[in-house]
Amino acid sequence: MGHRILIVEDSPTMRQLLVFALRRLHGVEIVEAQDGMDGLRKISGEPFDIALVDINMPVMDGLKLISLIRGDDALQDVPIVVITTEGAGEDRDRALKLGANEYLSKPIQANKVLSVVKGLLKID
Amino acid sequence: MSERDSQSASRAEDFLSLFKKGADFTRELLQENERLRSQLVSLNDRQESAARNPADWGKLRRELMERIASLEEECTTVRERLDQVELENSQFAQRYVEVEEENNNLANLYVSSYQLHSTLDLDEVVKIIMEIVINLIGAEVFAIYLIEGDDSQLTPVASEGREMSEFPGATLGEGALGKAAAASESTCWDAVGSGDLSHPIVCVPLVVQGRPIGAIAVYSLLSQKDGFSALDHELFNMLGGHAATALFAAKLYSQSERKLNTIQGFIDLLTK
Repeated sequence: MGHRILIVEDSPTMRQLLVFALRRLHGVEIVEAQDGMDGLRKISGEPFDIALVDINMPVMDGLKLISLIRGDDALQDVPIVVITTEGAGEDRDRALKLGANEYLSKPIQANKVLSVVKGLLKID
Repeated sequence: MSERDSQSASRAEDFLSLFKKGADFTRELLQENERLRSQLVSLNDRQESAARNPADWGKLRRELMERIASLEEECTTVRERLDQVELENSQFAQRYVEVEEENNNLANLYVSSYQLHSTLDLDEVVKIIMEIVINLIGAEVFAIYLIEGDDSQLTPVASEGREMSEFPGATLGEGALGKAAAASESTCWDAVGSGDLSHPIVCVPLVVQGRPIGAIAVYSLLSQKDGFSALDHELFNMLGGHAATALFAAKLYSQSERKLNTIQGFIDLLTK
């Protein structure tokens, strides 16, 4: 059965890059959201196997979105990968404390994205 | 049927299926045993016959030695073939990694140029350039300079990491930035920046039809980025051409829109 992946990222360039990378996984369905509010609406309405969340977004930032997702009992177990500009820093630590499972640092590398997502979805 | 009965029935079925598998396995073992017994009997017969007749023994011994030599030769051939296959495999694996990396790089370049040419709004083009420089190159402090009008002054129009007012302007052809902006190719200095905003670590001239229209100057990289890769240099080349064209087209479009509105307004005035 295919996996459903949610990408929450305000930059169209970054979204397109992530989609290109994730399309290499067989049978995945990728859904895009352009800010935290849009992401929350989508993840609350449909089931997803994993969410990739940028931190710096308009309307609702990634940290707020992660805390709302983890506050919802139905979404407790959805793995979350946070995308951060800083390699090691406050944003990453805050996101992990709020319940993100993994982080990716910009500049994004496709093989790293695939490796992290495959690890969390437990696929080869 | 009660739940207990159905559970018992299910357990019974599982047990029967296990038992059947065990029976099949035992049957196979017995058949293999029979086959090996008959081979052994045949070998014993030959050995006894060879023991009774020395000539037969010699013949058997010669046959066995020839068989051993032939098997050893076959083994050597198979080992050589295995080594060859392992080498090919490792070459294929290496090539796969290279192709995958190339594929990633091409995807990055494709996405970047696609986004740059996806809009004629100048502000959006500038925003896309900034996204590319942050997300793909990994720059922390940088500025986009444009040459306004006919003079040769490079003026910052967008920046990241510092306030735009902190970035000094430059004259085309003068100073580190001005000279690099006047060049036809990107200029890279030491990736460890000094923090001095008068001297970038990379300058990408934005050139349209041989004429510089601006430059992208990077002053420092994100902490997790320790230098420039081959992809970064490809991105610099791509930005130098495509970003320049996108900016030029967006400016032209905005100017022609304004002129069109002015002329339209004038026509509306005349026709009233």
